[in-house]
Formats: sequence, C-alpha cells, structure tokens
Amino acid sequence: MMIAFLLFCGTVCAGEKLTIAAASDLQFVMKEVVSLYRQRSETDIQVVYGSSGNLFSQIKAGAPYDLFFSADSAYPKLLKKEGMTADSPKPYATGRIVLWSRKDSGISVKKGMKVLLDPKVKKIAIANPRHAPYGKRARESLKYYGLWEKIQGKIVLGENISQTAQFVHTGNAQVGIIALSLALAPEMKKEGAYLLIPARSHKPQEQSFVILKGVKTEEAYRFAEFTKSKEARRLFKIYGLSLPAKEKDLSR
Amino acid sequence: MSYDFGPILLTFRLASATTAILLILGIPLASWLAFTRFKLKAVIETVVSMPLVLPPTVIGFYLLLVLGHNGPVGRLAEQLLDLKLVFSFAGLVVASVLYSLPFMVHPLQAGFQGIPYSLVEASYVLGKSRIHTLFRVLLPNMIPAILTGIVLSFAHTIGEFGVVLMIGGSIPGETRVASIAIYDEVQALNYGEANFHALVLFAVTFAILLMVYFVNKKLLKPLKE
Repeated sequence: MMIAFLLFCGTVCAGEKLTIAAASDLQFVMKEVVSLYRQRSETDIQVVYGSSGNLFSQIKAGAPYDLFFSADSAYPKLLKKEGMTADSPKPYATGRIVLWSRKDSGISVKKGMKVLLDPKVKKIAIANPRHAPYGKRARESLKYYGLWEKIQGKIVLGENISQTAQFVHTGNAQVGIIALSLALAPEMKKEGAYLLIPARSHKPQEQSFVILKGVKTEEAYRFAEFTKSKEARRLFKIYGLSLPAKEKDLSR
Repeated sequence: MSYDFGPILLTFRLASATTAILLILGIPLASWLAFTRFKLKAVIETVVSMPLVLPPTVIGFYLLLVLGHNGPVGRLAEQLLDLKLVFSFAGLVVASVLYSLPFMVHPLQAGFQGIPYSLVEASYVLGKSRIHTLFRVLLPNMIPAILTGIVLSFAHTIGEFGVVLMIGGSIPGETRVASIAIYDEVQALNYGEANFHALVLFAVTFAILLMVYFVNKKLLKPLKE
C-alpha cells in the first residue's frame, strides 16, 4: 500500500500543470514570461531546460512535455516529421552569439575574435556542437574567422549553452561563446562584458517552438498564444531575442 | 530567499520507495544466494554486483532502451498498467532498485551466511516450515545486516545522479531529485539554491553513514562476545 502510494502519488496527486521543455538560452527570459503568465492563469507551469538536442531525444523517448521551445528550427521540424507534434513549428526568435568574458579576467572581448589567440586565454568555452544549436553557430563562426583549427587545444565543451555560460561566469574558462540572451541576463551582465559576433559569420539561427501531442494540448495552445502577446514579446526583446523579419507571413 | 524543498522531498520519496521494494526483493534473493548449491551461483552474484562498478551511464543507456516506449518493458508497462517508465517517478524507482540492488543484497547475504546452519536445521527438525524459520529464526538473528542493507540502499539512492540524468529529464515533482537540482541550479547560476540542496544532502549522508557505523558497533558487539 505504502509503496503503491509512494510510486504513483507523483503522477496522480498533482493538479493541472503544463511542462515546457526549453532550450537553455531561455533560462532567464522564460522565467519572466512564465511568472507573467501565472498572474493571469491558474495553471502551474514547469520549465525543464537543456540543450535542444538532448530535449529532442528525450521527447522522442517519450518525455511528457507539452511544449518544446528549441534553440533552432531543425529539431521541432524533425518532431513534426515523426508525427509527434500537435501543430507546425512556429519561429519565435533569432538567436545570436556573443563573445563573453569576466570583467576581472584581464581580457577584453571588445578587441574582437582575435582575442581568442591571446596566450592569456587558456580555455575557451563553447556549447557542444553535436547537440546544442548555439555550439553549432560557435563552430561555424570560428571556422569563418579561420580560428577553429588554431584554438582546438583550448576548447572546453558545455553540455548546453547555460553550462557553457557557467564555465566562463566562474572564470574557469577565460572566454566563452554564449547566447546573447544569456549575456543580457542580470547575473551575467553584472560580472562580465560581451561582444556581439557578426551574424554573417554563421548560419542564421531561427528558433522555433512546437506544441507536442498530448493530453493538455488546449492549455498548451493558450500558453503558445500568450508568448506572441505584446508583453511577452517585450520580455523576449529585452533578452535580445527578436523575431525573424518574416514574422508577419507566419502569423497569417 | 525562499528555498524549494521539493527536490529534497522527492529524493526521500524515491529513496523510501526504492528501499522498501529492495527489502522485499532482497530477502528472498539474498537467502537463496546464501544457501543455494546452484552451479551458476557465481554468475547470478556477478550480475547482482554489476551496478557497483558499471558507469551509471551504461545502466541509464540500457534502461532508456528497455524502459522507453519502444522498449520491451516500457511498452508492456504502458499497455498493461498505463505506466510510463522513462521520465517518470515510477521509472526512477525501477532504475534505483536495479542500481542499488547490491547495496541491499550484499549485507543481507552476509547476514544469512553468518548464522550457524545448525539453527536452521534445529528449526526444521522441530517441524517448522521454511517461512516460519525465515521470520522466526533467520531474520531476528541478522538485524544488523538488515539495518545495514536498508541504510546503505537508502543512502545510495540519495546519491544517484547519472542514471537519473539519463532517464529522468529533470521534471519538477516527478524526476527532479536533489542531485539533479544542484546540477540545474549551478547552470542557472543560482549558486545559493545549489548550495542549499548540496548542504542538506551533505548533512543527511553524513548522519546516515554515522548511523551505520554506530549500529554496527553497538549491535554487533553482544553477538561477538
């Protein structure tokens, strides 16, 4: 009896809630979007963060998420192809990467990408390009500037973009290539400086979300609608996540 | 700053459920291992001990395949019991039972083997059944072993990380146990919250292990004399 209770309480005892899988670059903005949404809805919202690739494989393995905010559009499209979505993927932002370092590191990222060759830079943190979209962009950009081969020995890989940010935030890596949305978070702003890496150096990173097939689809649609509202958009913008230019075509 | 006790409570719920199930499974398994003359006993013992040395990612990876909704066990559980075994609390319990199995079975097996077999024979000679002998003769004579098994399984489940990371998915109230919460909070730069969970685990683990040493000394002494 006791065991049965312990076993099943987790799934049965809880009330109505929505579980969102979100790419790690949304770590800070999503918290604010969700707390804004809570002011107008009874629904309990839980957000689980990870690299988009890891969340994608969890969803494929049956993880019970209602919405998936990916850091790219490729993973949501793949899910749709597999028939696991309730809807088509919708772009919600264009991701940008920045060069970031601590103010007290003695390294000025304002000098541009060449700072990576500075001998004072012992470790450079990027997200794992195998499953983190921001890591893919970082690799493309480093290749564009002809730096990829030269800095191989210095690279450390974060499991997702917020672990990458943590590596530089703690100063264990002197420089990191992280998401603009994280560089703009108060915790990161306070400690460091960033330089926006030109968008021409990497493939454009359109970010999409998708509603997953499940029991709480209606509630998920409501939240999805909310993320398009003016107040929510304002929050995304504060964190450097602006909508792709072709937004209007899609909202039709 | 208000701290979230959810992950800690979930950890304890997971450890309690795991320990209870392990005790029920461990007693028959350990007594069989202790008394059997089965030729392939060594193979079974090896399998039971594997989680001690296997990387948790190996266990997590295979559990994901087996318990996932395309896996044999996962599909069966979904069809028969409407139970999801990955990214759910039930799945974590299954994984933890496997992962902590040696921590229950080893002390119990040692406990069974430590009892003079003449006691068992005496019980049988007096016409007592096997069940009666187990509950009235064997188990009461190995209480320290049982306590050690319970405490070690509980503590080991608290310390679980890799397996949960692979098949849990960090869902609050469901699979976001304290060890995972620490990992998440560090990534979110919430060092205060991470420190809170870490300190609680540190204190609890210390207390539990201290208890093991205390119990072993205190209870084993009269038996040895």
